[in-house]
Amino acid sequence: MTTPGEFYQRDRSVHPPALTPNYKTSVARSPRYSLISLQNSVSEITGPVFGHNDIDAGDNDLLTNYAKAGESPIGERIILHGRVLDENVKPVPNTLVEVWQANAGGRYRHKKDTYLAPIEPNFGGCGRTLTDENGYYYFRTVKPGAYPWRNMVNNWRPAHVHVSVFGSSFVQRLITQCYFEGDPLIPICPIVQTIPDPDAIEQLTAKLDLKASIPLDTIAYRFDIVLRGRRSTLFENRLEGN
Amino acid sequence: MSEQLNYLKESASQTAGPYVHIGLAPGAAGFDIYKQELGWDIAGPNAKGERIRVEGRVIDGMGAPIKDVLLEVWQANAEGHHAHPEGGGPVEDGFRGWGRVITDFETGEWGFDTVKPGKTRGRNVGTQAPHLNFWIVARGINIGLNTRMYFDDEVEANAKDPVLNLIEWEHRRATLVAKRSERDGVLVYRFDITLQGEDETVFFDV
Repeated sequence: MTTPGEFYQRDRSVHPPALTPNYKTSVARSPRYSLISLQNSVSEITGPVFGHNDIDAGDNDLLTNYAKAGESPIGERIILHGRVLDENVKPVPNTLVEVWQANAGGRYRHKKDTYLAPIEPNFGGCGRTLTDENGYYYFRTVKPGAYPWRNMVNNWRPAHVHVSVFGSSFVQRLITQCYFEGDPLIPICPIVQTIPDPDAIEQLTAKLDLKASIPLDTIAYRFDIVLRGRRSTLFENRLEGN
Repeated sequence: MSEQLNYLKESASQTAGPYVHIGLAPGAAGFDIYKQELGWDIAGPNAKGERIRVEGRVIDGMGAPIKDVLLEVWQANAEGHHAHPEGGGPVEDGFRGWGRVITDFETGEWGFDTVKPGKTRGRNVGTQAPHLNFWIVARGINIGLNTRMYFDDEVEANAKDPVLNLIEWEHRRATLVAKRSERDGVLVYRFDITLQGEDETVFFDV
């Protein structure tokens, strides 16, 4: 009988480093000293548990969750779906997935966003859901627009959906962004390019999934998310120090 | 080699950006959409133990408070149990131990109410001093920062804590210890998090 053990050491080669000067805001917001590596204790192995009492069934439908009855937001109607897996290729069930995004014109519903593209009255721009027992999730939304941002004077973000995922442990906590295949802004975006590994960028790029689309209605993109996996403890693992 | 063994690679982190509130705290972005936002009530009404308030700022490398930061906190209850199947024991009805905290957009001050956690079990033997786990995201932070907050009135437990003792530079341990005070009858712990400089907070690769 094996028992679940600690999480695999995080593979930092797929993640952006803290300091990425082409993304200017990171310069003053990146720690300079090395992170201190910590073996998991109970407060890292555990994490918040969410259930269906925490959210409403319609929270994952961004086409309707802020729209007036009978209306819907302008934009390309898409289904964004996929699975949350761990490094061991095991599905992560019942985990909270939260998303937020700009509208089809590239404008966020946020009091700090002053971009001249208009707010869409029928679009809030956020959604949330729990994965099912197989780690599967889906949202319905509009494809977000590209927008300019102040970094260098002519930087544009590729179309993207921000994605927040919990897993079952506080060490699996992850926020990332989902891009869309074929977007010419991906290779020139200073935020995307904080990621040193081209394969890791590819993994954040949702693929057109025609078979999951609804003909004459909504086109689909597939976006799988991988969280950290954990060891099975085959032998009692007594460690020095504590 | 890992490809041959069919492991997957973790999805890369990306910054939460300036508009993180839309997704995780839409009320703060300026609109109401969900029946309930998550993470506002950490301890719930039935939690035993000492009620406390925790306050602070996150300071950038220029010495300025970060006004668009979002913090998540994870903690045990007063008995040292986490609200999780592997959490060491039962918790009070309504105790979640998880919170989501945003700053005042003008001042960068954040704060939350909870209960003081108890000691938790160590990895193999012994105990860990009472602590809160923090996870910090913001525009300009490419991957969430993990740290811990300890309590300055737990001198004895802190001195034996395996994680504090792992920090080779003893003076840096103080960056993880919140300072206690009392204000209008409320027990307040102050925990400023500093991203750079001599007083850079200790962050962990967990």
